[in-house]
Amino acid sequence: MYYKMKVEKLPELYALIASEKALYLPIEQAGAVEFRKWDESSCVRLDCLNTLKSAKGVFLPQSENLVAFKTEGKNISVIDNSETAFPFVIFGVRACDARSFDILDRVFLSDPVDTYYKTRRDNATVVTLACNEPEETCFCRNFGIDAADPAGDASAWIVDGELYVRPNTEKGETFVSRLSQLLEEASDVEKLEAAKQSVRDILGKLPFAELNLDRFKGDNMLDIFHDPAWKSLSESCLGCGTCTYVCPTCQCYDIKDFDTGSGIQRYRTWDSCMFSDFTKTAGGQPRPSQVERFRQRFMHKLVYYPMNNDDIYGCVGCGRCVAKCPVSMNIVKVIKTLGGEKK
Amino acid sequence: MNNELIPHVGVITDIRQDTPDVKTFRVNSLQGGKVFEHKPGQCAMLSIPGVGEAMFSITSSPTNEEYMEFSIKKCGCLTDWLHQLDVGQQITIRGPYGNGFPVDTAFLGKDLLFIAGGIGLAPLRSVINYVRHYRDRYGSVDIVYGSRSADDLVDYKEIIDEWMNEDGFNVYLTIDREQQGWDGHVGFVPNYVKELNFDTSKTVVLCGPPIMIKFTLAGLQEQGFSKTQVFTTMELRMKCGIGKCGRCNIGSKYVCKDGPVFRCDELDELPDEY
Repeated sequence: MYYKMKVEKLPELYALIASEKALYLPIEQAGAVEFRKWDESSCVRLDCLNTLKSAKGVFLPQSENLVAFKTEGKNISVIDNSETAFPFVIFGVRACDARSFDILDRVFLSDPVDTYYKTRRDNATVVTLACNEPEETCFCRNFGIDAADPAGDASAWIVDGELYVRPNTEKGETFVSRLSQLLEEASDVEKLEAAKQSVRDILGKLPFAELNLDRFKGDNMLDIFHDPAWKSLSESCLGCGTCTYVCPTCQCYDIKDFDTGSGIQRYRTWDSCMFSDFTKTAGGQPRPSQVERFRQRFMHKLVYYPMNNDDIYGCVGCGRCVAKCPVSMNIVKVIKTLGGEKK
Repeated sequence: MNNELIPHVGVITDIRQDTPDVKTFRVNSLQGGKVFEHKPGQCAMLSIPGVGEAMFSITSSPTNEEYMEFSIKKCGCLTDWLHQLDVGQQITIRGPYGNGFPVDTAFLGKDLLFIAGGIGLAPLRSVINYVRHYRDRYGSVDIVYGSRSADDLVDYKEIIDEWMNEDGFNVYLTIDREQQGWDGHVGFVPNYVKELNFDTSKTVVLCGPPIMIKFTLAGLQEQGFSKTQVFTTMELRMKCGIGKCGRCNIGSKYVCKDGPVFRCDELDELPDEY
């Protein structure tokens, strides 16, 4: 069942959602569009295809407090400062970022569960937005993602000045039912289907629409690991970690303590396997140069993660790394080179 | 829901200076007794809030019902701090993590050969004392242990007073270089193991510096041991201990969760990044 309303009513829709729950939207601030909490002064940018950083930060924040400690003499007290759970809606998630939630779920919801992540996932209603004008850097199609019909608790489309919404789950049904004063049942579904098809036609013609992923299988792990091409591929890598920070599926994190003066906060931050100290110990460094670190990041996404997760690749083809790498190195080049396309 | 990243508070109830740079810390829960149960070869995350958190092998045997022990070499930021602590100091602890040694499966009924170098004895001590406790479940026990000097042998008193007097136990100690007052064997562990020429039916438990593991394993293979008989335990940088933070990832494995104990033939199937 599809519902619709005029796009002019979007501010009313945001206000209605926000009257009940926190609402996250792609919002522009200081030139950067990110998923942020909406208020009436927000500059919403539903036209933005890729937010600067991905939507994963809503569930795995770039930095968060895990636990706090008070010390007094030789004694320590542990203070559980997990945030109080609050229900929220994240609206405008693209198909690629929506898939990244499934990929992260397999890490953070597998035993033992990450309670911080799970609390946010349980409290979230994910409303996706279909892509109308994919970029040349998009390659989600290679991973079986349909940007013209994204997943999520509810899916949305903007076609000819109208917003179409379709609930996919129970949470999605609840979401739509709360908006009944703005939404009406859509009877012109053919128009929407035609729009989806024209987007799919564009997706099929994009430069990276057909990547050959055949070689990236667990059986070939050591063969790919020892491929001499890693050396030339990684030569230009600066180890800056930009790819990691914009990536919707990178999940590595660091845990650090900070003495605030009135107590100690133990916080978690995103981290990158591209950094030299990621694996460094007092005893040695198993990945001494950028070749090994570079290889680790791509091996994890294309081989290791699929080996542990029913052959699902740890990449969603959002294209952020393609657009943002300062030396124009990216996973597409890695796939093409190791996949045999350029040899 | 249990939150794995929030630690328990434990208290240091005894500190033993084992060697110039190794101390063994006894840890109890605030109520006395152990903070949690573990299996031989499993690890725990210890931390001094404000300084940091790191993974250490639990060196005491699970059969010890009174306390847990950690033998810790002073070699970095957190371990420097730990070495400055006094009895009565509280620390935080969480775990247990990892698979542990297969004491109830692959080791059962087997003649066991333990080979350790330096602080590499720490994880094996847990197994050795477990085997002593359930002596009838295992065959003969040989222990080859070496360190840089006689002063660097960890748990020396326990080795001399207890292990050497245990029925069916043979203990072979060695140090790298001649030293006044030492009339025992001198030489590197891999060579000593070759000299001792053990029966190749034994199951081997091996831990030490990477270079020692490499040469010992090669020597054992020359003598006719198969990698499927040799178990080792690994150490990589870790933050979470639950297979999520990504630091200890090698191939499809996470050392904190799928290891730290691996059979040496299993390591051949992984990228050589440890």
